[in-house]
Amino acid sequence: MNKPIFRLYAFVLLLFAGLVAFTSRWSVLEADELRQHSQNSRPLIEEQQIARGSITSSDGVLIAESVGRGRGPNRVFVRRYPQGALFGNPVGYSYADVDRVGIEQSLNDLLTGEENEFATLIDQILNRTRAGADVTLTLDANAQRVAMDALQRAIASTPGATGGGSVVAIEPDTGAVRVMASVPSFDPNGLQDEAVFQELSEQGTSSPLFNRPTQATYEPGSTMKVVTAVAAIDSGEFDTDTVLNADSPKEISGAPLANSGDRSFGDIDMETALTFSVNTYWAQVGEALGAETYIEYMKRFGFYRDPPLDFPDNQMAPSGIYSEGKLIDDPGVIDIGRVAIGQERLLATPLQMAQVAAAVANDGRLMEPTFLQEARDPDGRVIEELDPDEQAEVMSEETAEAVTQMMEKVANEGTASLLSTSAGQLAGKTGTAEIDVAQRINRPWFIGFAPADDPQIAVAAMLERCTGCSGGQVAGPIATAVMDALAGG
Amino acid sequence: MSARTRELFALIPVALLVTAGFTEVFLVGSDEIGDLSLIYGGYFLAVCVAAHIFLRIALPHADPYLFPLCALLAAVGLVVLYRIDETLAVEQATVFLIGLGAFAATIVFLRDYEVLQRYRYLIAIGSLALLLAPRLPVIGSQVNGAYLAVDLGPLSFQPAELAKIGIVVFLASYLNEKRELFSVAARRFLGLTIPPVKHFGPLLIVWGAAMVLLVFIRDLGSSLMFFGAFLALIYVATNRFSYVLAGLLLFAGGAWFFANTVGHVQDRIDIWLDPFAPNAPEGAGQITAALFTQAEGGLFGQGLGQSLLRLPGPFFPESCTQGFPYCGSILPEPHTDAIYAVIVAELGLFGACGLIACYALIGARGFKTAVMAPDGFSKLLAAGLTSVFCLQVFVIIGGIVKLIPLTGVTLPFISYGGSSIVANMILLALLMLVSERARRPPARYEEGAGP
Repeated sequence: MNKPIFRLYAFVLLLFAGLVAFTSRWSVLEADELRQHSQNSRPLIEEQQIARGSITSSDGVLIAESVGRGRGPNRVFVRRYPQGALFGNPVGYSYADVDRVGIEQSLNDLLTGEENEFATLIDQILNRTRAGADVTLTLDANAQRVAMDALQRAIASTPGATGGGSVVAIEPDTGAVRVMASVPSFDPNGLQDEAVFQELSEQGTSSPLFNRPTQATYEPGSTMKVVTAVAAIDSGEFDTDTVLNADSPKEISGAPLANSGDRSFGDIDMETALTFSVNTYWAQVGEALGAETYIEYMKRFGFYRDPPLDFPDNQMAPSGIYSEGKLIDDPGVIDIGRVAIGQERLLATPLQMAQVAAAVANDGRLMEPTFLQEARDPDGRVIEELDPDEQAEVMSEETAEAVTQMMEKVANEGTASLLSTSAGQLAGKTGTAEIDVAQRINRPWFIGFAPADDPQIAVAAMLERCTGCSGGQVAGPIATAVMDALAGG
Repeated sequence: MSARTRELFALIPVALLVTAGFTEVFLVGSDEIGDLSLIYGGYFLAVCVAAHIFLRIALPHADPYLFPLCALLAAVGLVVLYRIDETLAVEQATVFLIGLGAFAATIVFLRDYEVLQRYRYLIAIGSLALLLAPRLPVIGSQVNGAYLAVDLGPLSFQPAELAKIGIVVFLASYLNEKRELFSVAARRFLGLTIPPVKHFGPLLIVWGAAMVLLVFIRDLGSSLMFFGAFLALIYVATNRFSYVLAGLLLFAGGAWFFANTVGHVQDRIDIWLDPFAPNAPEGAGQITAALFTQAEGGLFGQGLGQSLLRLPGPFFPESCTQGFPYCGSILPEPHTDAIYAVIVAELGLFGACGLIACYALIGARGFKTAVMAPDGFSKLLAAGLTSVFCLQVFVIIGGIVKLIPLTGVTLPFISYGGSSIVANMILLALLMLVSERARRPPARYEEGAGP
C-alpha cells in the first residue's frame, strides 16, 4: 500500500504548489493592478490615515496642515488651508474622496513620507511609523497677497476687464518661484464638498480651479520682442546699433503690418525699436533671422515643452506656436515676422514669459523653476533643500547685458516710463496683444526684473482682457508692486 | 537523541516565535514593550511542555515533529488572532486548553485504537447524523446560505469538523476489510481495470452521501473534503486509479448538476469565475476584499498589525453593533475564512509560503506514519486522516486565493473556532497513536506483548 501513499503525497504537494502559485499571483505578480483596482477602497482609506506634512510659505506663513480626527486606529486626517483663497492656486488641495491637485499633488511623496520599497523595509524593521515631511515653499505669502490684491484691484478698476489675470515672480539666480497668483481664485477648504467641486470643475478653462500661470496660454504680444532681441544679438546677425527702416506699414510675409497708431519711425536702431516697441522693425528682424534660428532660441527659453517645474504635468501647458491645438515648428508654414512681435499663432503661459525675463536677468542662464525651498522629516532633519539647477544656457553674458540695457531704456524713456520700483532700476518690456481690434479688446502684459544691475526678482504680469488698455498702464503697476514687496527697500 | 527529546528541542523555537509575534503586535498597538507578551510566550511554552511531558509518558516513540509543527501553527494562529482582536486570542487560547484535553483523552482512552473498527457502523451513522444536524429545526443555523453550525444555547459548533474524523475511521476500517474484493476479480477494458459492478456499491453510497451533503447542507467545501478523502483512501487501499477516475467523474457530474440547479452553489461558482463583474452575486465582496488584502503583502508583508483591517473613524459603519471583527472590517471574516489573507498581507509571500510548507511537513509526517504503520487499518487511518487534513487546507486557502470556489471551512489550527481546534486535536492524537505503534522498537513491542 506504500506506493499509492507516496503518489498521494506527491498529489498533495502539487495542490499546495498551486496555492503558492496563486498566492504569488495576488501578493506580488498582480499586486499593482489590484492596488489600483477601482473597487479597491484600501488606498483611499490608508491615505486618510497618514498625517500629511504641513506646507509653509518662505516667510513662515502656514498654508496647509493636517488635522487629526478621532483616536487610535480610528484616527483620520483632514486637510485645512488657513490662508483660504490666497494659495488656492498653485498649492491646490488634497481631499481623499475628491481629488488632489497642484503642489499638494506634485510634492505628494514628500508630504506623505512615501519612500522606495527598500527604505520602507528598513522602516518596518526599525518600527518607524510613516509620517509626512513638513515642506517650506519658495512662495512668499506677503508678496502673494500683494499680487492677488493688485490683480483684483486692476480687474475691478479697468474697463472691460471681465476675465482673470496672472502674476509669476521668479528669483533669477535660483529659479525659486516667489509668487504665483491666479485670479479668479478659490478657497480650497470648500472643495471638501463634492458639489462645490463639481460646480467649479464644469466651468472648464474659465474656472477658478484652472491655474492660469501654468495652464493658460495667451498671445504674448510685444513682450515677445525680448526673445527676438536676444535671438538677434546672440546669433551675431544684429547688434544694438543695427539700423532698419521702420516706416508703417511694412510688407511682412506678403501682408502689410502696421506699427502701433500706424506711426512711421524712419531709420532707427534696435534700442529705439525696443524702447517704443516698433513692430515693423522687429518683424524684419524676425524675417532676417529665419524661423529655424528663431524657434531654436524659443526652445532655449523653454518653449515647446512643459516647464521643468515641480508641478503636476496635467496642470502645465507648453508654450509655442499652435495650430489646431497642436504645437508646430515647421519653418515652412510659420509667418516668423509676426511671431517675432508676439502675433501669428504664438501662445505663451505667464510662467514662460517670467522665465524669459529671468533668463535675461541671470546673465543669460535660465534656472529651473521650483517651488520647494526645504523639506524636513518629522524629526526636524532637512531631507531636501532647494538646489538651483540650470535649465538652459540661453544666451551669452554680453547678449544678456545688451538686452538688459535696452530693457532699462524701455522703463526709463519708453512704453514703461511711468513705472518704477523701490527695488531699484527697473528693466522691462510691455505688451499689448490685440484680441479684437474692432472692439479694442486687448490683453495687457508686462515682463521685467529689478534692480537691473543685480536682479533680485523677475516678474511677468498680465490680465486676460480689458478695453482700450495697454500693458504699461495695467499690467506694469501689478508687476512693480510685486517687485516692491519682494525686493523693495 | 530520543524522539521525545527532539520534540522538546523543536518546541523551543515555537515558544520564541510566539513570544516575538506577541511582542510585535503589542509594540504596534502601544509603542512600548510590556511584559504581557513575555507572559503569553511563557504561558504558551508551559502548556507545550506540559503536553510534551504527557507525550513522553504516554507515547514515547511517536513521531517527534507532528506535535511541534501543530504547536507552531497554533502559535501563528494565536498571534494573528491577537493582532485581529485581543479577546479572540484569549478565547482561542482557552479553546486550545480544551483541545489539549481532548487530545490527552483520545490518547488515554483510544490507546488501542483498533477498537474503533468494532464500532465502525455506529461511527458512520453518528457522523452522518452530525452532518445533518445543522438542518434540524431549532438547533440548526444557516450561515451565508450554508447549514454549517449547530446552536445549543451558548454553545455553537460545526459538526462537520468532528464528522470528518468519524467518516475517515469508518472508511479506513471498511476498505481495509473489503480491500480484497475491490482488488480481485477485476476485468481490464480499454487499458483500464474495471472492478466488478457490485463493488461499485459502496462507492455509489459515499458519492450519494457527498451529494446529499451538497444539497442539504449546501456545504461544497466539506463535501469536496469528504469525497476527496474517500477517493484517497480507496486509491491507497486498492492501488487502482480507475476507482479514482470513476469517483471523480461521478463527483464532477453531480457537482455540475447541482451547480446548475442549486442557487447557492451556482452563485459561488459565478463569483469564482469573475468576482469583479459589476453584476457579480452577493458575496463576491468577500473574495475581492481577500484579493485586495493579499495585494498589500508583497514579498515580505506589511508586518504584524500594520495592514489595514479595522475600518477607521468615518468609514466604520454605524450599524455595526456586534463589533469588530464581525463587522466593520475591510476584509469580511478576517478571523475565520479569510485569516489566510491577513497572513499574506502582514507576513508577505514568504510568510505564507512558510505556512504552507508547515502544512506540507505535517502532511509528510502523516503519510510517513502511514507508510511505517504495521497493519492495513493503521495505514488507511493515518493516510485518510492526513488526506482530509491536507484537503481542508487546500479547500480553504484555495478558495481565498481564487484557485477554487470559496467555501467556508476553517484553516486547521489557525482559524478562530472551537470545533475546528478540538476536532483537529483529536485528529492529531489519532495520528500520533498510529505513529507510536509504527515506531515502537520491535524488541520492546514483543516484550510488552509477550506471554
